[in-house]
Order: sequence, then structure tokens, then C-alpha cells
Amino acid sequence: MITPLNTSSRAASRGLSDISIRNLFIIPTIVFLIVFNIFPLIYSLGYSFTDFRASTNAPANFVGLKNYRELLNDPYIWNNFAVTAKYVIVSVLGQVIVGFGTAMLLNRDIPLKGLITTLLLLPMMLSMAVVGLFWKLLYDPSWGVINWVLDLGKFQWLGDPKMALYAVAFTDIWMWSPFVMLLSLAGLSAVPKHLYEAAAIDRAGPFYTFFRITLPLVAPILMIAVIFRTMEAFKTFDLAYVLSTQPSTEVISIRLYKMAFQEWQTGRSCALAYIVLIMVLAITNIYVKYLNKVKER
Amino acid sequence: MRKLVTSVLAGIGLTLACGTSVYAQEKSLTIFWAEWDPANYLQELGNEYEKETGVKITVETTPWADFQTKAFTEFNAKGSAYDLVVGDSQWLGAASEGGHYVDLTDFVKENKVLDKMAPATVKYYSEYPGNSGKYWAIPAEGDAVGWAYRKDWFEDPKEMEAFKAKYGYELAVPKTFKELTDIAEFFNRPDQNRYGIAIYTQNQYDGLAMGFENALFSYGGELGDFSTYKVDGVINSDKAVAAAENYRKLFGFTPPGWTNAFFVENNQAITENLAAMSMNFFAFFPSLINEASNPNAKNTGFFANPAGPGGEQFAALGGQGISVVSYSNNKEEAMKFLQWFIKDETQKKWAALGGYTCNKSVLESAEFQNATPYNKAFYDTMFKVKDFWAVPEYAELLQQLNQRVYPYIVNGDGTAKDTLDALAKDWDATFKKYGRVK
Repeated sequence: MITPLNTSSRAASRGLSDISIRNLFIIPTIVFLIVFNIFPLIYSLGYSFTDFRASTNAPANFVGLKNYRELLNDPYIWNNFAVTAKYVIVSVLGQVIVGFGTAMLLNRDIPLKGLITTLLLLPMMLSMAVVGLFWKLLYDPSWGVINWVLDLGKFQWLGDPKMALYAVAFTDIWMWSPFVMLLSLAGLSAVPKHLYEAAAIDRAGPFYTFFRITLPLVAPILMIAVIFRTMEAFKTFDLAYVLSTQPSTEVISIRLYKMAFQEWQTGRSCALAYIVLIMVLAITNIYVKYLNKVKER
Repeated sequence: MRKLVTSVLAGIGLTLACGTSVYAQEKSLTIFWAEWDPANYLQELGNEYEKETGVKITVETTPWADFQTKAFTEFNAKGSAYDLVVGDSQWLGAASEGGHYVDLTDFVKENKVLDKMAPATVKYYSEYPGNSGKYWAIPAEGDAVGWAYRKDWFEDPKEMEAFKAKYGYELAVPKTFKELTDIAEFFNRPDQNRYGIAIYTQNQYDGLAMGFENALFSYGGELGDFSTYKVDGVINSDKAVAAAENYRKLFGFTPPGWTNAFFVENNQAITENLAAMSMNFFAFFPSLINEASNPNAKNTGFFANPAGPGGEQFAALGGQGISVVSYSNNKEEAMKFLQWFIKDETQKKWAALGGYTCNKSVLESAEFQNATPYNKAFYDTMFKVKDFWAVPEYAELLQQLNQRVYPYIVNGDGTAKDTLDALAKDWDATFKKYGRVK
């Protein structure tokens, strides 16, 4: 028989109480969070109401809501948001379809299932910048492999302003579908087998089984994947920055980067960061509410 | 136990004491620059300085992509990590008005820098505001946008005959933008995977601006009046419009997908047999004469930016000046290094190592001009260069140029006139925002 450890008494014998041990673990994390997250967040909120430029020694002057007003009236910024929205929709939708579809294919007894799953996960283990440079070569109209394989001649994936965003989104889909696949696989394996057996006895068709059993039961975990991927896609930077310089691919985080670190409009960029933050929070909230509804069903 | 702790503490104390005394004796300077070959040449030059004076020089580098960000982050933090910085000419306004650079006006006058260096390099690498007589840097790495071309294509008798039959004059290195455009059109043969020209189109920083400026300045156009900040009627003048139209026309003769091209891609255009001519900064030409990096090295020639329709001939300025950082703890040592750096014999060594000197006498020497196939073109260019705005808000002006000019040049949206009219409005609003014009 195994005797349970009396942890508190052992810790006490070393001179540390349970509370001390808890604090020892929690306090550094809280301090780290306050110093590197909460404090800059509040500090930058203050800057967003000023004309501060970090590249000069001039003091920050309070300008009220001017930065927010100018940003929200700037057609270029709205264009950046429109590009971002389009990118998020195409990319996340693509990842859900490909990721969930792959998970459905893998959710059965097939040879080398473990190896195939591991290989499929490889893209998301690569660095975003490396993937961007790699796909830039693949898309090249003169020596790119994609045009050669598809026999598309000199088709311009990144050079055509109408195609460039889809090319960037496609790369993102290639990279992050495995993430959706992984979560979907976890959801699919948790669906009780007896439900499928009962559906088979009732002679339910594959579509009926999918829409009435599989999808509703996997939906909560799929929604979590969608939340993560939407947040990531909304703040995407590396891929779009490395792959293309077309205005049609300038997502909001690229604009924010240029404003903050090339133009050194610190106050204005803080305001833009807050606008982006509020938008991401709003979208996430909508998703979370929907997720809760799905869970309640 | 107590003895052990005492011994360890004593050991640490002794180490620190010895370390401090060693550091106190050793003089050193850290120079910050972008990661490229000239920085390695400067390190070699610095090693010479160490041999002569005992002062250790360390050239610290970072990739071009975050050079500006890293430098200004250090400046903003008033950090003393760098004693000197070899900064872009556009930084002069932001760095001088921000108090990050030491005023070198007295140094320039006392050491006769104006007499020693090519006038255009002092004007653009050192002086801010324009024509103010205040200097913040010493010209260090001269650079400008020039051209590389395929000599074997140009000298092929069949090509020469066909060219003369089509255009009525000999195929040779272009002396005007008209000839440049004709040659680009002539060699543009997509069916043979061969294209006329490679130009800068990247709009993430100053690539597109530098390329467009090459056309603008030679067409007799200007960005604006650097003294009054008047831009309307200048950047959208007829000459500027004609320059933009020609740059757009040249884009039509570039390889497919040439929509994000800067120095790497433009050198590839020559090494990969893609284009007959390619624009690039002179600083990137050494790899084109190296057979290890360019299989066409023996067949690659170079020329200066050609003249426009009015006969004016200018080029966009690249390159950097070297400045003393205000927050350095070794300002006096840094000044001594600058005094050594501007000496004629040091500038000769600098040029011999591969650095692009701005020293007049070295540039004019036959030894320098014959040292490489592109040095003559470099010499021709460095006396007729013009630069982008150097005001602190230059990056905003650059962003506005990219936003307006890129869609016209690359995607063919709108007209040159509408594009430059809109750019003039953007720039005017920016100058008003910063109180430069009322």
C-alpha cells in the first residue's frame, strides 16, 4: 500500500509553508506579467493621446482624441482593415476546411497513421519568416516550382495585386491547417463510438451522421481552433511582410509596424494598436459567446 | 562552510578588481553599421587604427531590415552602446533634431572636410538643415544608384545589327533615358525568358523611391524645395510626370513578378541571365565582378545613370556618413578616430579595402578609377547625386511616396499626373502638420 505524502508537513520541515511555495511560483509570474504586459499596456494607452515621437527628445504633448479621430478618418487605414478582414476570412476558412477534412481522413484505421500525422504537423513547426522566403521562391514566375508543376507559364502569384492576398493566405493555410487538424482529431476521437453504431442501426446516411453527430460534437473544440487562428490571422505580420509588398497585402499589423518603427509616430501607433486590440477583443468575445452556446446545446 | 563562503567572495572581489583595472587601461570604440561587406572593410580599417594607436575598434552590425529600428531604439534609450554610427543620410534630420548626434560643425571646419570630400557627399551625408552650414556627420561610404549591363549581349554583332536596323543608331551603353528605354524594349523577349531591364520596385522602405529618383532627377525634376518645403508644382511638375511615365514604361520590360525588387533581386537579374540591364547601388556591384557569385562576371559592365531629355544627369544618392553618438562615453576618442579616418592616406586604404571613399583626391586618381570596372562610373556619379528629404519626418514622406507611386508604377493604376498631384497634397499636409509650412 502506498502511503500518501504529507506535503505540507514535509515542506514545513524545510521551513516553507504551502502558501510560501505557492507564492514562490505565482509572484514571479505576476511580476513578469505586470512589468512586461500590464504596465506597457497602460503606459501605451497614455501615449495614444499624445503626439509623442520616440525618435526625438521632445516631450509628449496631450492631443486628446486627435490620433484616434485621424486614424478612423484615414482611408488607407480602412483599406488596411479591409485587407486584414479579407485575409482572416480566406485564411481561417481555408484552414478549417483543410484541417478538419484531413482530420476526418485520418480518423480511421490506416497504416502508418502516426507517421503521417507527424509529417503533416511539420509546416507549423517552421519559422514564419523562413516559410515566407521559401514560398516566395516557390511562387516565383521565372523559376518557381508551382508554375512549373501546374504548367501555368509565367503566372504571377505575388505580382498580381488581385492574386497576391490569396497567395499569402494559401501559404498560411498550408502552414496552419495542421493545427486545426490536430485539435479536430482530438475532438473526433472523443465522439462516443456507440452514437455511430446507433446511427448505423437506424440506417442514417453519411451526411446525416456528419451533420447530426460528428459536427455538433466536434464544434466546441473546432470553435477553439477558430478563435486561436482568427486572433493569429488578425495580427499576422511575418508572412505578408516577407512574401509581398503589394498594397493589396498590407495588413493592419504591417501598417502598424511601419508607423511605429519606420515613421516613429509613437503616439499615433499606440492609438492604432488600441483600435486593433479592441477589434480583436470584440471578435473574440463574439466567438466565445457562440462557443458557450454550442457547449450548452 | 564559513571559510568557503569567505574564500569565494574574496575570489570574486579579486576577479572584479583585476577585471576593472584591465578594462580601465583598454581604450575601445564601437561603431554601429548595417551588415554588409563595407562594414567588414571598416573593421579591417579599424584593425589598422588599433595597430597605430592601441584603441580597439569594433564594428557591430545588424541586418539592413532592422538597422534603422535598432539604431533609433538605442538612441531613444540614450544608450552608450555605440560611440559612432554610420547612419543613412535620411536620418540626419531625426538624429540631429533629436539630439542623438554630436554637432560636428567645428570639426568639419577645423579639419577642412569641405575641401577634402566631394561636395555632394558633404551636402547630403553631413549637412542639416540643407544649406545651413551645420554638420552632423563625416562622409564615410559613398554610394549611388548606377547600372550593370550584359556586355556580351550588347556586343553581339547580330544584336547590334538588329538594333541599328530597328532604332537607327548603334547599340551601346545608353547615354540618355531614351536610349535606355529603347535598349530595354529591344532586349525584352519573354518567349526567350530574357527581359530588358531590372529596376527597383520594393515599397517597404526606400527601394522604389531610389529607383524613381534616378529617373526624376535626370529628367530635371525635383522632390520639392528643400529650403521652403514647397512641393506643389515641383514633385508634380511636367518633368516629374514625364519621369514617372518613363519609369512605368521601364517596368513593362522587367522580368515577370518584378513587383518586390531591391538590391538582391536586381543583382540576380544579371547573375540569372534575366535582364540586359539592372539598376543597383554601387556598393552591391563587387559581387557582380566576382565569378564565384556571378557566372557572367566577365561579361558584366557598368555605367552611370544616363541623362534625361533635357541633358541633365543625376542619380539617387545612397551611402552613409559617420556620426558621433551624443550618449557615447568616448566622444573624445571618437573625434580622434574621425581625424584619422579623413586623412588622405586612410581614405586611400579605405578605397583599397573596398570601401567607397568620398575623398576628392582619391576619387580623381587614375589608380582608383582603374581599380575595378565600376569605379569610373562611380566617380562620374558621385559628383552629380541628389537625395531624398532628410527631415525628421522623412519616413512618413517615404511611406506616402510608396502608397501613391507604387500602384501607378507596378499596377498601372491611374495616371502619372494624378499620382504625383496626390503625392504633392500628402507631402504638403505632412509639412503643415510639422509646422514647416503654414
